[in-house]
Amino acid sequence: MSDLRDLYQEVILDHTKHPRNFGALEHPTHRATGHNPLCGDQLVLTLDVERDQVRDARFAGKGCAISTASASLLTEAVKGKTVSETHALFERFHDVVTAPAESEPDLAGLGKLAALAGVREFPMRVKCASLAWHTLEAALSGAGEPVSTE
Amino acid sequence: MSFDALRVAREFPILSRQVHQKPLVYLDSAASSQKPSAVIDAVSNYYRTTHSNVHRGVHTLSEEATRAYEAARESVRSFLNAASPREIVFVRGTTEGINLVAQAYARPTLRPGDEILVTELEHHSNLVPWQIVAGQTGAKVVMAPIDERGDVIVEEFAARLGPRTRLVALAHVSNSLGTLLPVAQLAQLAKRAGATVVIDGAQGVPHLPVDVRALGGDFYAFSGHKMYAPTGIGALWGRLDLLDAMEPWQGGGSMIRSVTFAKTEFARAPERFEAGTPDIAGAVGLHAAIDWLRGLDLDAVHKHEADLLDYASERLREIPSVRLIGTAKQRVGLVSFVVGDVHAHDVGTILDGEGIAVRAGHHCAQPVMEHFDVPATARASFAVHNTRADVDRLAAGVRRVLEIFG
Repeated sequence: MSDLRDLYQEVILDHTKHPRNFGALEHPTHRATGHNPLCGDQLVLTLDVERDQVRDARFAGKGCAISTASASLLTEAVKGKTVSETHALFERFHDVVTAPAESEPDLAGLGKLAALAGVREFPMRVKCASLAWHTLEAALSGAGEPVSTE
Repeated sequence: MSFDALRVAREFPILSRQVHQKPLVYLDSAASSQKPSAVIDAVSNYYRTTHSNVHRGVHTLSEEATRAYEAARESVRSFLNAASPREIVFVRGTTEGINLVAQAYARPTLRPGDEILVTELEHHSNLVPWQIVAGQTGAKVVMAPIDERGDVIVEEFAARLGPRTRLVALAHVSNSLGTLLPVAQLAQLAKRAGATVVIDGAQGVPHLPVDVRALGGDFYAFSGHKMYAPTGIGALWGRLDLLDAMEPWQGGGSMIRSVTFAKTEFARAPERFEAGTPDIAGAVGLHAAIDWLRGLDLDAVHKHEADLLDYASERLREIPSVRLIGTAKQRVGLVSFVVGDVHAHDVGTILDGEGIAVRAGHHCAQPVMEHFDVPATARASFAVHNTRADVDRLAAGVRRVLEIFG
């Protein structure tokens, strides 16, 4: 394993200790629940989407540092994006965190989300990083079922 | 003579490897123990020299394999101080043993409204099989609570024993808290109420001398892989009169006396419950593990592990913001803890980076996590090969968690 600091970068520790957009929107247009039964992580994501644009996003729940930071970073990243832009971002993000550990990931356009790239070296923790994103996809697709990483 | 854990550790080949360029400290034996050479060699030698199917052929190998398999059964009998080898059923592990009792004993006897009493600290494997059989029969599962330290509250347990209590299922030692239950006392109360007592011995046998007759239950299940034997083998002890009265739960070869299309007669216990080719090599490995463990002197082992547990509790308590989960009057083999509000999985990942293997999660005991209002804990569990130096590495690793999470 490379240094643990690759996983627990300052950005991640900051977002874990001070999660942004924490809570729930009062009148969300979209909402979904995500659950990782393996570790008990649970989060609720609420979105305000107007004319195909994500106006606001919040999350609530509890989880490990990686899943909390990932959810917090997600809410920042998707605000102002169109729905198709968020799908594209999810795919880019997913590619990076599931890339082989020894690869050099292409972080262009990921912004602060790049801080989570270190997760690819910790296969057991990839689900922690992707839970919020799967929940986002579920919220946008309008599927009422809670998503699970299992 | 004091117990020489370092010498014992040298008998485990895996302990000489490194993890993340650091010498491995293995503190996850409650999940699955590592194997000494004596066990690895026994399994390997069995395959190299003896293997064949059991109870089948008249040829030499089959006879030798059968003898090895039945010798393993006798060693389990002696290990548990059971009355007869016929009371020892080989199973895959504790989970299968408990499911066997649930399906072959409880399912045909339970009536709607009957009660199965389990304690709050049970592993899911001593809860879910009872929920399943309750669903099948209309019986219900009743829970006996634990207190804030993690001890079963004996008065509450007794108060839940009633005329409808048919079955009581309890752990010998809690896998998430390390609580040693007063099994003999609880079994006596249950028996007095007319209930059948099933004991989950998964965390008992690796650490304590077990005498099933002194404990006073009716069934006792354990896994080999948590007591230095291979995975895939375990045993269920059951009182012979109960086993003999039970119908089979799986059909197939080995468990029959005669078969025609009109009528099949089943073999008696224990073969009746061992359909199909068993894990012969696993049984041989279990035999080797029992011999090896007994060779160490079980009382000395118990003392050594108790010392490690005390020492670990002390070292962890010194660290600010570490909270021990489960402080029962008598604990065995493990310590569960949380580090501030750092999630257990982050603790586990950072310790792994230091070469230290612990379990992080809910330990298949979600009701216990709920009781202590934590999503998960980190758990360090001890084996014969662990030393105080391992505990020092653990304490240093936990301090590293605090450094990173500051």
